[in-house]
Amino acid sequence: MGCAIAQDVVIEIGAMPVLVRTSSPEFLHILRERYSGFVNSAAQPVFEFEVEIVAPGRIPTAIGDDQDLSVRFDAGRWVLERGDFRAELDPALRHGRIWQSATPYAIDAAFRIVHSLLLARQGGLLVHAASVVRNGRAFLFAGVSGAGKTTISRLAPPDATLLTDEISYLRREADGYFAYGTPFAGELAQPGENVRAPLAALYLLAQGTENRIDPVAEADALREVLRCVLFFAHDSELVGHVFDSVCHLVQRVPVRRLTFVPDFRVWELIV
Amino acid sequence: MSTVYIARVKEVAARSIGGEMMIMSARDSTLFSLNETATAIWQAADGVTPLAEIVQRSLCAQFEVDPAAALRDAEELVEGLAKHGILKVSDLPIEETP
Repeated sequence: MGCAIAQDVVIEIGAMPVLVRTSSPEFLHILRERYSGFVNSAAQPVFEFEVEIVAPGRIPTAIGDDQDLSVRFDAGRWVLERGDFRAELDPALRHGRIWQSATPYAIDAAFRIVHSLLLARQGGLLVHAASVVRNGRAFLFAGVSGAGKTTISRLAPPDATLLTDEISYLRREADGYFAYGTPFAGELAQPGENVRAPLAALYLLAQGTENRIDPVAEADALREVLRCVLFFAHDSELVGHVFDSVCHLVQRVPVRRLTFVPDFRVWELIV
Repeated sequence: MSTVYIARVKEVAARSIGGEMMIMSARDSTLFSLNETATAIWQAADGVTPLAEIVQRSLCAQFEVDPAAALRDAEELVEGLAKHGILKVSDLPIEETP
């Protein structure tokens, strides 16, 4: 019987390097391909995952295939369960284990959750939004499914750099908010560029019969941005952090409503 | 109605945004928006001041309202907020828990 040797890869998203260790060469190959623009072997990881590849029917989860993701905090560990994976994360040790099959979908979901949990304590957010850099400034286009995130990304002019068409990564830094590229792709099925830029504005997407930008009252901005924030944990302390972060964001970054027709001319408004 | 005491629940996050008091329940992430009078009651809910006194001081003095009607409205409001788990209501002073 052979003994598989564990190998690892460091995947850095949003300046947050996460090491993934696995003894499956096939899965390691999948990771290197899936996150190719985000691999940074020189980075010092802030979190480590051991991934155990198991057959689809043998994942140690009590959640059925048709059930939603479950995230709970139990005895000092986060336990994440979905039909296709189980993960246990120890925030104190910054270490986690994932049981999953050799597909990128489960680790992708685990990454989103881990990043949302890590970011929550740092004033950062993951937002259901496309983000694009133009003239050195980042613009977010937030909205629920069907709002037009992929459409606005697809219409972006050649001088624009796509950070993501699905999940935007925001960090609060000493000199303001920065948007980072992510590999989390939506319908465009194209990972974002691994770059960062200061956040200039957040647009709430609405499709209409003309292209226009309207102001949004702060309280309405808070309500609508909160709806677009990815947050999975029912933990009162972290929920409080996320709420505070969104309050801080809408008070410092211009939030506007962007009504648009699916036409490239909408980008004349985004400068 | 006997003396009623009210206290803010700790498991909520509250911020005044654009002149509106926004409160998020950390238990289930529900978001509440309080109007001016509800905000005045929320801010005065220290657990030791009777509701009637809060109404007298924070509402009757500030807004021109009939004290009896204001107290009835306030009782209804605090009952609603308590049901949503963002305010504690008791007929005894509510001790601060660490």
